[in-house]
Amino acid sequence: MSSFFSRRLGFTRTRKKDIPKGVFTKCPSCGEMLSQADLEKNLFVCRACGYHFPMDRVSRVEMLTDPDTFEEWDGGMMSKDPLKFTGTDSYEAKLKSNQEKTGFKDAVSTGHAKLEGRAIGLGVMDFSFLAASMGSVVGEKITRLIEKSTERDLPVVLVCTSGGARMYEGMFSLMQMAKTSGALARHAQAGLPYIPILTHPTTAGVMASFATLGDVILAEPQALIGFAGPRVIKETTLQDLPEGFQRSEFLKDKGLIDRVVPRGELRKTVANLLDVYMDAREV
Amino acid sequence: MSTYVLPFEKPILELEKKMAELRTFSEDQDIDMKSEVERIEHKILETKQKIYSGMTPWQKVQMARHPLRPYTRDYINLITTDFTELHGDRLYRDDRAIIGGVARFQGRPVMIIGTQKGRDTKSNLECNFGCPYPEGYRKALRLMKMADKFGMPILSLIDTPGAYPGLESEERHVAEAIAVNLRESFLFKVPFISVVIGEGGSGGALGIGVSNRILILEHAYYSVISPEGCAAILWKDRAYADKAAENLKITAQDLTNNGIADDIISEPLGGAHHDPEATAKNLAECVSKHLAQLDAMTVEERIQDRYDKFRAMGVFEEQAEEA
Ligand SMILES: [Zn+2]
Repeated sequence: MSSFFSRRLGFTRTRKKDIPKGVFTKCPSCGEMLSQADLEKNLFVCRACGYHFPMDRVSRVEMLTDPDTFEEWDGGMMSKDPLKFTGTDSYEAKLKSNQEKTGFKDAVSTGHAKLEGRAIGLGVMDFSFLAASMGSVVGEKITRLIEKSTERDLPVVLVCTSGGARMYEGMFSLMQMAKTSGALARHAQAGLPYIPILTHPTTAGVMASFATLGDVILAEPQALIGFAGPRVIKETTLQDLPEGFQRSEFLKDKGLIDRVVPRGELRKTVANLLDVYMDAREV
Repeated sequence: MSTYVLPFEKPILELEKKMAELRTFSEDQDIDMKSEVERIEHKILETKQKIYSGMTPWQKVQMARHPLRPYTRDYINLITTDFTELHGDRLYRDDRAIIGGVARFQGRPVMIIGTQKGRDTKSNLECNFGCPYPEGYRKALRLMKMADKFGMPILSLIDTPGAYPGLESEERHVAEAIAVNLRESFLFKVPFISVVIGEGGSGGALGIGVSNRILILEHAYYSVISPEGCAAILWKDRAYADKAAENLKITAQDLTNNGIADDIISEPLGGAHHDPEATAKNLAECVSKHLAQLDAMTVEERIQDRYDKFRAMGVFEEQAEEA
C-alpha cells in the first residue's frame, strides 16, 4: 500500500473515534439516519434524498481511479510561514494541527493514475485542511501536476474546493492563481484536455483561476460556487440573493458549468469525456 | 494643494496653521519675524520627512486610497499622447471601472489600460468606485489581444479595491473572466508592464497584472485581501486592520523584498498628489527603463520571462515522504 492510501487509516481512526460504532449520521437535508457503512458504500451521498456529504480525499481518489494505480507526487511538500504572521493564532500552529487532523501536509494531493485504463494526472483538494485555502504548496503542487501532465501527454482531472486565499501567506497566496493558470495555458497549447470538478464549496482565488479554466467544467449537485461569498455580497450590495444563487444548478443555467453530475456518475462521465478528447487527438 | 488630511498628517497641519498665524501676525503688527518663520518652515520640512519616510503599512494603505491621488486617467494624460479610448467588451456592455485604448508613449504606439476610480459621487457611481464587473476584464482582454496582434506593448495601471462582489458579477462569472485573463496573459508576445499606482486589490488587480514587470509606486500597496477583510476574519474585528496590514507585507518595499514587485517608483514628499507631474515623470522613466529590457528579448524569451516570473513565486519546503 502506498503512503498516500495508508494515511487514510489515520483519517478513519479519527473518524471512528468521533462517531462511535453503531451511531448513525443524520442527513442535514432530509433527516434520514444513515450508518457509516451505508454512507461509505454510497460515496457519502444520502440514499434517501441525494444530499452530498463532504468526501475525504482518499475516497475521492479511489472513486476516480483504477485500483492500486494512483501514485502520489510531491506528498512531502510543506508550507512555511514566509511572512512570520504574528498577533493572531500562529500559522505554524494551524498548519501543524491541520496536518495532525488530516494526516496530510497541505490541502491538495496530486499524482498520476489510471482511469478505466487511461493514464491521467489527478489532483484532489481537501476542504478539511484549512478550508482548502490556496497557499504556496497548493499552488506549487497543482502547477507541477499540470506541468508533469503536459510533459507526459496526460489529461488533467482536478477535484476543486476552496474557501479562499491562504491569508497567512499574503501575496504569495494570490500569485498562485497566476502560476497555476500559466501552467494551464501550456497544457492547453499541447492540446490536452483539462476537467475541473467543482465540489462544495469552491470560491475565491481558486474559482478565479484553475477551477474555471476547464475544457469541460463539471460540478457536483448543490455545491456553493462563486467568486465572492454570499455573506460578502449581501453586506456589500444589500441585495437580496435569489433562491439557489451560486449553486451548481444556478451556474449551469447562467452558462458557466457544462454539467451538474451526481457523485455516483462522476467516474463514468469523466472517463467517457476523456475517451472522446484523447481519441480525437489520435486521429 | 492638499485639502484632505490623513490622521497621521495632523502634526504637519498643526505646524502649517501656526505658520499661517505667525505670518498674519507679522503682517498685522509689521514686525519682522523672518527667523521665527524660517525656524517653523524648517520644523515643517523635518516633520514631513519624519512622517512620510516612517509611514506604517496601514498609513500607506490610507495614502494609497487618498482621494486626491492621481488616478489612471490622470497618468494616461500625463505620460501618453494621442490617447484614443476604446469601449466595451463586445459581449455585454462598457464597464467604466476599467478604461483602455491606444496611445503613444514616448512617441511609440502602446495599449494602455487601467482600473479607474471616481473623484465625486457622480463619477464614483459611474465607475463603481473602481471595482470592475466581469465585462471590465473582458474588455481588458479584448484590448490586450489587440495589442498582441499589432505588436504594441501593453501597459496596465492598477488602482482598485477589488473586483465587484455583487449579484450581477457572479451571474456573469467574474471569476471566469479574471481566470481567462490570467491564462491568456501568459501567451502575449509583446512586452507587458503593470504599475500599481494606488490600491492593488487582490484578484481584481491581478486580472490585468500578469505582466513581465510589476512596478509599484512608493506608497501604493498590493494585497491578497484588504487589511480590513483580513482583520475581520483573523482578528474577528475590522479595527485590527493596522495589524493585518503589517502582517500581510503589502507595501512596495515588502513586495520588492519578497520578489513580487520588480521596481519602486518614488513619489514626491507627501505622496503622488502633491506633484502629479513629477510622479508621472518618475513613472514614465521607470516604465521606459523596463520596456527597453523587454524590447531586447525575442518573443520566446519574453513569453518565457513572464512564465518564469510567476513560476518562481511561492515559499515551501520539501521533505522526503515517510515510507
Ligand atoms: Zn438526505
